[in-house]
Parts: sequence; structure tokens; C-alpha cells
Amino acid sequence: MNSETIKTLDNFSKDKYKYGFVTEIDSIRSKKGLNEETIKFISKQKNEPEWMLSWRLDCYKKWLKMPQPEWANLKIPDIDFQDIYYYSAPKSFKKKPKDLNEVDPKLIETYNKLGIPLEEQKVLAGVAVDAVFDSVSVATTYKGELEKLGIVFCSISEAVKTHPELVKKYLGSVIPPGDHSYSALNSAVFTDGSFVYIPENVKCPMELSTYFRINAEETGQFERTLIIADKGSYVSYLEGCTAPQRDSNQLHAANVELIALENAEIKYSTVQNWYPGDDEGKGGIYNFVTKRGLCKGKNSKISWTQVETGSAITWKYPSCILKGDNSIGEFYSVAITNNFQQADTGTKMTHIGKNTRSKIISKGISLGKSQNTYRGNVSFLRKADKARNYTQCDSLLVGNQCGAHTVPYIDSKNNSAIVEHEASTSKINEDQLYYCRQRGLSHEEAVSLIVNGFCKQVLQELPMEFAVEAQKLVAISLEGSVG
Amino acid sequence: MIFLNINNLNVSIDGKKIIDNFNLNINQGEIHAIMGPNGSGKSTLANVLAGNEDYEIISGKIIFKDHNLLDLNIEERAKLGIFLAFQYPVEIPGVNITPFLHASLNSKLKNQKKEEIDSLSFAKLLRKKAEELSISSDMLKRSINTGFSGGEKKRYEILQMSVLNPEFTIFDETDSGLDVDALKIVTEGINKFKNKNNSYLIITHYQKLLDYIKPDFVHVMRNGKIVKSGNISLASEIEKSGYKNF
Repeated sequence: MNSETIKTLDNFSKDKYKYGFVTEIDSIRSKKGLNEETIKFISKQKNEPEWMLSWRLDCYKKWLKMPQPEWANLKIPDIDFQDIYYYSAPKSFKKKPKDLNEVDPKLIETYNKLGIPLEEQKVLAGVAVDAVFDSVSVATTYKGELEKLGIVFCSISEAVKTHPELVKKYLGSVIPPGDHSYSALNSAVFTDGSFVYIPENVKCPMELSTYFRINAEETGQFERTLIIADKGSYVSYLEGCTAPQRDSNQLHAANVELIALENAEIKYSTVQNWYPGDDEGKGGIYNFVTKRGLCKGKNSKISWTQVETGSAITWKYPSCILKGDNSIGEFYSVAITNNFQQADTGTKMTHIGKNTRSKIISKGISLGKSQNTYRGNVSFLRKADKARNYTQCDSLLVGNQCGAHTVPYIDSKNNSAIVEHEASTSKINEDQLYYCRQRGLSHEEAVSLIVNGFCKQVLQELPMEFAVEAQKLVAISLEGSVG
Repeated sequence: MIFLNINNLNVSIDGKKIIDNFNLNINQGEIHAIMGPNGSGKSTLANVLAGNEDYEIISGKIIFKDHNLLDLNIEERAKLGIFLAFQYPVEIPGVNITPFLHASLNSKLKNQKKEEIDSLSFAKLLRKKAEELSISSDMLKRSINTGFSGGEKKRYEILQMSVLNPEFTIFDETDSGLDVDALKIVTEGINKFKNKNNSYLIITHYQKLLDYIKPDFVHVMRNGKIVKSGNISLASEIEKSGYKNF
């Protein structure tokens, strides 16, 4: 790496996080700390039925006995779970507003500022949005139109009341609350998130999306999302996330469960841009997320696409359990870490059914002093005849002080399984930069172009409306540390 | 206006002197060729003109269009109208030529305080130029230089030159690695796009390239300096008896 490159790497304008503002709003909060009272408070705020509360309390008891997971390649400071608020909602939300006219204009303005207009006349064409602010869902657009097709798209709190039979049947069925301590924690204190049900043979005509915003200080966000695609149905779902810029760390521990029945397909895309902390590593979100999809029926398919650019620490492994014969699991990931960010992300593909196939494409880009790990686990159980996996994980290093790590596990109990694994690690190539600059592009434009090229295979999996946004986001994330 | 003047240039890499008291003057509209054996410093000269930062400029001056070139970085020189057709064009996986060259042309237009070109007009321009060079639209869809043959890469360089229309183009051993047919296609492309307002510096080891593009001046370079200058007949002399007489 020559001196010009090092200079431009150092010269980064460090403060590019444009979503770092705070909305001044009165809120109702639970008392600080986690105990049975807190859980009862949350459940009461949400007017939950008795069965939901007792489920939460059971999960809380499990959590008490569980140690924190320690296998990730991350340096996680001790988290004081008694120093966090577990519930925060704008005061005006004692009852969920029936329509947007009842929503506090400050909230609508917040989402406008984030580029997510909620007013029906301005909503993104072809995208229905559920907006979650701290612990509550603010609004869900296009609801009526979707109802005509029998599609349920609402907040999980609402679904607990309106579709208890589905929630009871599927909640915790893919991620058992006792899986690890964060799944237990989320199950005990989850606040809001989306619920989607697509009826048999219905192809959801628009993208469904949830936009998560953390606003209140010292508050954790515990998102819970449940998506069920009934036989022969299809849905594409996208989530986006941002948070204010603060010196203290905040916790986001989400559980997302997907269930695809026979011949159904779920496409789940994430653009994660939580506040990453400043250039000295101060502040930022701890993003501890459990995402798991169950391909329950024959010929079903679940595809995860993620663009991870934010958060101080990311700990996340969107996974697929391929139970139905001929089912397909896919994982496409771009993870960019800069400054002092740490990411340990990847996927788990569990092949149970015959002829199941999985594909993993992971692109990690490390800059600054960051650490970026791909962790994958591909396993074939005894009955997974002729199952196949293809894994490709590429790492790109920009600068001399960052790290890239690849930790793939493969475990096969079936002789007919076929696994292909390709991995590469490269440094950003001076010859490529020279070539681009000789054509008149600045150093920064050149890096952005090369990195976008490196990620293309993944970015093209995103829904059209978001692919361009994601490309811009990639460019912005690089500005934090590449001249 | 001085178009290009290189005055007493001395360049080294890792402490080893590569260019030694080098002098050259090129006027607008002229075609110059520099020939020389391997290791004579030809390619170093090309890269120093383009602004490659791997070399140490010990002393000397380069004036281009009244600018002190050594004060400018790679992209500033490119925007001023210097184009280097690379000897080994690098592969850039996942990056398509259309947005790449569009950004490139616009950065140049912006520098000249001219109006930038929109994507649609640019796509048309690129297609037209590609057709003139018999570059298929399929090839335009591929990532830059990725999986291209030697000849394809060189044609891609000519395509970029034709779109950017630089005042000064340096061909760094453009003939290397090309068979006779590929060489013919590439040089036909160059001849199609060269014009009287622009100047060219052709760097080559062999005389063959100069059969297709006729230079106004031929220089022989050895040990980092020009040891003889003349016209095209100098090239034939080299073809006959090699570099040993210089």
C-alpha cells in the first residue's frame, strides 16, 4: 500500500452517520432493570392475554439460568442487564392510533426525515411499511389493500390479540426460547416487530417492510418478527434500521422466525444501519440477532439477503432449517466494518430433508481498525440424501489495521451429500485504484466502485427499490475510512 | 502554449535510477514513438507521465498544457487530458464499463466546467463508439477486462480513449501479447480515432506497430535517456540490426 492510499485512508471524514438525530418526545417507560415486574409491566402495556404473559415468564426463568454465548470472535464488554430500560413508548401511544391522523406529527416527521414517508399519498409505491419506534409499532401502511387478499400484515402485539391461534402455534417453534441466552431474553421481553401471514397460493403483490428506529436513551429494543407463508404462497420482506448517535452503547436483541410451508417461498432482506459508534469506538448499537427460517414443507424456499453496515458489534447468523424434501435455503451477505466495529456474522444451513440445497455467498469488507468474521455451519443429517451446499466467502481488506476471519464448519452424517467451498481474502488492489484514477476518478470514487463491484453478487439479490439505496449506503460506509 | 515538455527528468525506484536526464518535446498534433530494449526505462516514462506514485522523481520538470505536471496527482492529470493505454489493463470484477466510463467522462467535463452528460446520452455514445470498434454489446455487459483476451483488453482501452477523447495518449507497449490479427484490429481502431488536435506517444519494443501507425518522430531510448532521434527510417534500421548499434 503506497503513501497516497494510506494518507487518503487516514483523511476520512469521520462523521457521516446522517440518521443520528433524536426525536424529542414524551415517553412511558418501564422501570430500569429486568425482573418479573418489568415483564408484567410490558405485558400489561400491551394488553396481552394471560397465556402470553406466562410464556414470557417461563422464558425469563430460562434466561436466568443461561450463560451468555461466548463462541463468537468478538470482544463484548459486560452488559449490565439491570441498567437497561426494557420498554419505551411515546405517551400518545397508550392506545395504538387507528389511523395516521391520530399519530403524533413528531413521529411522522421522524420517519419523513429517515426517508420513510408514512402518509398514504406519499408511501413508497409497491411497498407496505410497518414502522416500529422504540417498543411500539407506529403505523402500518397498505393494510386494507392486503387484507382483501387475506394477507395479515400487522405488528406482533396486534397479532397476539387478533390471531392467537397462529401466534401460539408458531412463536418459538423455529427458535426455541432456550436456544441461547439472547433468544430467551428476547422471548421474555420482546416488545414489537411484524407479523405476516400469507394464505395458501397467494403471491403477495408488494414488498412488505418494517422500519425499526431506536430513539430513547438507555433503552433496549427487542424486536420480534414472525412470518408464515402458507402452502404455495410467496412473500418478499425487507427491514431497515437506524438509531441516534450517542456515546453510550445500546442493545438490540431481535428474534425473527420464518416458516415456509409446502411450495412456499420467503425472501427476507435486511439493510442494517444502526449507529456504529464514532471513530474512536465510543457508543453504537450492540446488534445481537437471532434469525432462523424453517423450510417446513416440500419444495419450499427461504432466502436471506443482508447488507450489514452499522452497529458497534454485530452478532448475527440468519439460518435455514431445510426440513422439507427438495427445499432450498440461501444466504447472501455483505458486511462492512469500519473504525472499531466488530462483526461476527454468517449462517447455519441444516439439511434434514432429501435433495435439499443451500447456497451461501458472503462478502466481508474490513476497514479502519475493525474486525470482520464470517462464521458458517453447514450440516447434513442422516436422512439428507443427495443434499448439496455451495459456499463462497470472500473478504476484502482496506488498510493495514483491520482483520478478516473465516470460520466455516461442515458436518455431514450422510455420504451422498455434496459440499463445495470457495474462499478468498484480498487486499484492495493498488493496480485497480491506479487504473480507475488514471481514468479521472478520485481515490474515494475508485474504492467505492471496486467495493461495489466486489459486493455486486449480493446487492443484486435485493429488491429493485432498495438495491440503489444499498449501493449508496455501501459508498457512505466506506467514506468513514477510505479517502 | 507548451503542449508537452520534459526537461532533465531523473527518476528512480528503490534507489535505482531508471530515467536519467531525460528530455523530450511534443507539440500538439504530433505522433512520437519511443523504441528501446527491455529495461531501457520506456514503461517507467509512461507511468511517470500518468502520475504513478511508485516512482521517486529526483529532479526535472514536466510541463503539460502550461501546467506543472509533477504537482498534480493521477486523477488531476487524467482530467487534464492525459490517457494511458495500459500494457496490462487490470481486471475489475463486478464493475461494468458503462457507469465506470460515464463517471470518468463526467469528472473530465466537470473539470473543464462543461455540462455533464446524462446516462441515456452516454449509453448511446458508448454504443456508437463500440460499434465503430466492432465491440459487441455483449462485451459491454461484462465486468471491466474480466476474462478478456489480450486483444479484447487492448480494444477496450481504445474504446475508452475514443469516448474520453484525451489530448495526449500514451500507448504503453500496446502491441505486446497481440498476434498479427489482433494487432491489426487494435491499430485500425487507433487510426480511426486519432485526430490532428491530439498528440500521441507510442512506446514499443518492435517496429511492427509502426507499420500501422506512422509516427512523425522516432526516438531510441537506452539506459533512461534518448540516444537518437529521427524519422520512421530509424525504426527500419532497428528492425534490421537491433539495438546494439545505439
